Amino acid sequence: MSARRISGPRATQAVAFLLLWVAAAAVVLPVLGILAVMVVRGAGGLSWGLLFSVREGLLPAVVGTVCLVTLTALIAAPLGVAAAVYLSEYARPGPLVRLIRVSLVNLAGVPSVVYGLFGLALFVMVLRFGRSLLAGACTLALLVLPLVISASEEALRQVPRRLREASLALGASRWQTVRGVVLPNALPGIITGLILSVSRAAGETAPILFTAAFFSLTHPFPRSVFGEILALPYQLFVMATEAPNVPAEVKWATALVLVVVVLGLNLVAIVLRARLRRARRW
Amino acid sequence: MAERVITPEGEIKIETRDLSVYYGDFEAVKEVSIALPSRRITALIGPSGCGKSSFLRCLNRMNDVILGARSEGEVLLDGRSIHEADLDVAQLRRRVGMVFQSANPFPMSVYDNVAYGPRLHGKPGREALDETVERSLRAAALWDEVKDKLRQSALELSGGQQQRLCIARVLAVEPDVLLMDEPSSALDPTATFRIEELMVELAQQYTIVLVTHNMYQASRVSRYTGFFLLGELIEYGLTVDIFEHPQDRRTDDYVRGRFG
Repeated sequence: MSARRISGPRATQAVAFLLLWVAAAAVVLPVLGILAVMVVRGAGGLSWGLLFSVREGLLPAVVGTVCLVTLTALIAAPLGVAAAVYLSEYARPGPLVRLIRVSLVNLAGVPSVVYGLFGLALFVMVLRFGRSLLAGACTLALLVLPLVISASEEALRQVPRRLREASLALGASRWQTVRGVVLPNALPGIITGLILSVSRAAGETAPILFTAAFFSLTHPFPRSVFGEILALPYQLFVMATEAPNVPAEVKWATALVLVVVVLGLNLVAIVLRARLRRARRW
Repeated sequence: MAERVITPEGEIKIETRDLSVYYGDFEAVKEVSIALPSRRITALIGPSGCGKSSFLRCLNRMNDVILGARSEGEVLLDGRSIHEADLDVAQLRRRVGMVFQSANPFPMSVYDNVAYGPRLHGKPGREALDETVERSLRAAALWDEVKDKLRQSALELSGGQQQRLCIARVLAVEPDVLLMDEPSSALDPTATFRIEELMVELAQQYTIVLVTHNMYQASRVSRYTGFFLLGELIEYGLTVDIFEHPQDRRTDDYVRGRFG
């Protein structure tokens, strides 16, 4: 009787569910764990001064990161969306498209420190942007481009074919169809993808290590896109590895602020997606 | 053969000569020659996959959009080939409008749906556009139902209303020909009836080619009927003849409901 129970379909289902729960927990628990550790260790280090003091606080680094992320989005969005529109709406399968796809996959696999060195060589030195907000944003834009392209392509693909056909059958050109029907309907997905991609860039250290970030500056806020900046991940990196006499709880508090900024961006993306999705249903 | 494919009386709007359609290696339409009369409804019937929709999509070159699709043979619109190099496909599609199987309004307002076509082809003034929208909606027998909700999303309309909106959207670009690809197959009987009424009404002004696998619909609304089977045009003639005195045994079997 017990043997039959173990091998029955209900038992199999129970085992399968258990495994799925374990898998889900394996994803969720570490995130919660990391957050908990940071809150516990860092909460004591959080203070008004740490957050908002320009000289000793994190405000310039938060501002620097926000500037960096915004500029990254501004650079990556037009390039990424244009590439996605080309791939999804215009390109016919062939060697060129295959080459582009292989490049994208490989680009996505390049370690971020390589992007940093590439950015140093191209943007900082060859193009003479200097170690600056612009050089850092360009480097990060390259890093997130594959993500932006694939997210945008996915969003474009979600637009039903029959809407494209309706537009073409009315005598619209391909471009009129893209502009009038496809892009507006793909926009929620594109924006969400963009925010999620740049929120990843917000936490990157290596690409801005040689291209944009400083640990302390005479002018703590960037004055132009060619200005030098402070950035949260770099701040944390230096605090954790080089700077002497930084209390542990300040390091943890900095980490907490960084994570909050990144999660905040993700939250914006999630809320935006939910809202825009509700607005258009087909 | 000759008695099975007739030439209709009166003016001919569209004529195809040995028109074949291929998807890759598959020949979906096989050397179809047919003449479609102006300002009449011509129905194309046949079981699923018989090539009638593929044939229809050749008439406004919507097959061009499908990857790997190509066609051979000729399509003449008012005596002129639609494959000529200097022909503007956008202009062709304006003249030969299409209504699809499932209503496909854009996720925008009722007004913007109808105005979409006119806006593509120029910058109509506010008043001219209002007038076009109203005229098109009236012609599609939808005006009275939507005149108070022109700014609402088209997706809030019922299925039948959506399909009539799609017809209004096509009428707004002032075509000569309406290609209708099973326009009521997703609708309930009442909505279907309204679409059929509308088609009969529109046939006074427009040349309508109706693909349907509802034989009763074909017999109710059309003047001429063509029967397709496995990519071939088996028989073409007056609808009464096709349904009451079919010459070909396969047509006879199909219209009597012995297969399909």
